[in-house]
Amino acid sequence: MPEFIVLALLAGFGVAIVAGPLGSFAVWRRMAYFGDTLAHSALLGVAFGLLLSINLNLAVVLVCLSLALILVVLQQNRVIATDTLLGILSHSTLALGLVCVSVFGDQRVDLMAYLFGDLLAATRADVITIFVVSAFVLLVLLKLWRPLLAITVHEELARVEGIPVTAVRTTLMLLMALVIAIAMKVVGVLLITALLIVPAAASRRLTHTPEHMAMLASVLGCLSVIGGMLASFYWDTPAGPSVVLSASSLFLLTLLRKQPI
Amino acid sequence: MNKHKPPLLKASRISVTRGDREILKGADLTLNSGEIVTLIGPNGAGKTTLVRVVLGLMEASSGELERQANLRIGYMPQKLHIEPSLPLSVDRFLSLTGCKTEEIIANLGLTGVEHLRFSPMQALSGGETQRVLLARALLRDPQLLVLDEPVQGVDIAGQAALYQLISRIRDERHCGVLMVSHDLHLVMASTDTVVCLNQHVCCHGHPEKVTADPAYLELFGQAANASVAVYTHHHDHSHDSACESGEQHA
Repeated sequence: MPEFIVLALLAGFGVAIVAGPLGSFAVWRRMAYFGDTLAHSALLGVAFGLLLSINLNLAVVLVCLSLALILVVLQQNRVIATDTLLGILSHSTLALGLVCVSVFGDQRVDLMAYLFGDLLAATRADVITIFVVSAFVLLVLLKLWRPLLAITVHEELARVEGIPVTAVRTTLMLLMALVIAIAMKVVGVLLITALLIVPAAASRRLTHTPEHMAMLASVLGCLSVIGGMLASFYWDTPAGPSVVLSASSLFLLTLLRKQPI
Repeated sequence: MNKHKPPLLKASRISVTRGDREILKGADLTLNSGEIVTLIGPNGAGKTTLVRVVLGLMEASSGELERQANLRIGYMPQKLHIEPSLPLSVDRFLSLTGCKTEEIIANLGLTGVEHLRFSPMQALSGGETQRVLLARALLRDPQLLVLDEPVQGVDIAGQAALYQLISRIRDERHCGVLMVSHDLHLVMASTDTVVCLNQHVCCHGHPEKVTADPAYLELFGQAANASVAVYTHHHDHSHDSACESGEQHA
């Protein structure tokens, strides 16, 4: 197998594995729109990275993390309804990112790669970054699993039972920002949320516990990466969108099964 | 009872303001261990607000709240909505407290829903959900049990049984119990103290004393008389609106 395919597969797996549990939380907590907002802001990170000539990955992570924190604060102050807030931020950051990239970027910047991913161009350094971040996020998720589930089920009950709700919730949002930064390479800013949500949604119909759902979502995510790569290899389709489409196909397949309560 | 021990909780002159609206005006509340206190009052009287202040979920605009240090509270919220996307059995729901399987089984047995241990949470009826929530509150071995409308969605026979269960739990565990209720009829038999709330505390004391209090009669007179008739044919939450519309005429 050519090295670029191995690297692409590894990069895809690294993201898909962590996207399973994190995407499950996104589904349970209805955070799809939140994920979109963070993902769109990643492009702004690229623009800043180009502007300041710093490492693009680092710039993306910093912008995503800052936006996640800003969202936490704004949500707590309840300035406006959360979905309106996300709608404003999501598209403003995307638009600002597009403008900045075209103004400050030079000809070498491949905008399409940022928007839809460039899995086949994954380097060894990319794979290592993805695995380090992915392992870190998984470790934190494992450590915080019970409190995370508890605040997802009933926030006030969790608070009365002594769980530091705000800290746990903020951590989840920061983890999401980290994963979005690494997933950008795989499926691009416009499709990241799909990689989080679709495998988790497909997994829901096949499982009976939160843990199984999260794990199966990781497996389905990896299968989608394989499927997407195969399609890309044989039919020369773009890799990122193909991965998302294979995930959607898996989801459609699970519809054949009746939803357990 | 337990007159020598300091109270579990003492709230003094609690006021809560939201915007221009005063939700609570100088409400007092004291809870001793082994005592059942029931908050009653019409909709919008601030019952849930007072409970939230006591639980520490909400800051009071003014007033003082003294809680015993490290007070273990078991809380039963008014509503529980679990996303259909979250596969969660009763057992897993209860294990979110970090308690062991034996304790979970024991408490499910106590609230009479042991057979539902492996049912999905979303498949439970209203009454079953209340009993599972009560089991979760008890799992923490609470010194104070806070129950926000514990008999919501429970049929009339089940309501009496649930109130009896709550009294029994108090007798066995000597915990304090703070309940919120719309019920005027059933709750009287199973409470030591009634606090009648309508932004401020209108009257409080032993149920028999309170029912004779002019402030109580003014607030609940008609509804209290109507309650028996209302109960005979209600099946769901309809008693809320039935009682409340009665009170508005009062």
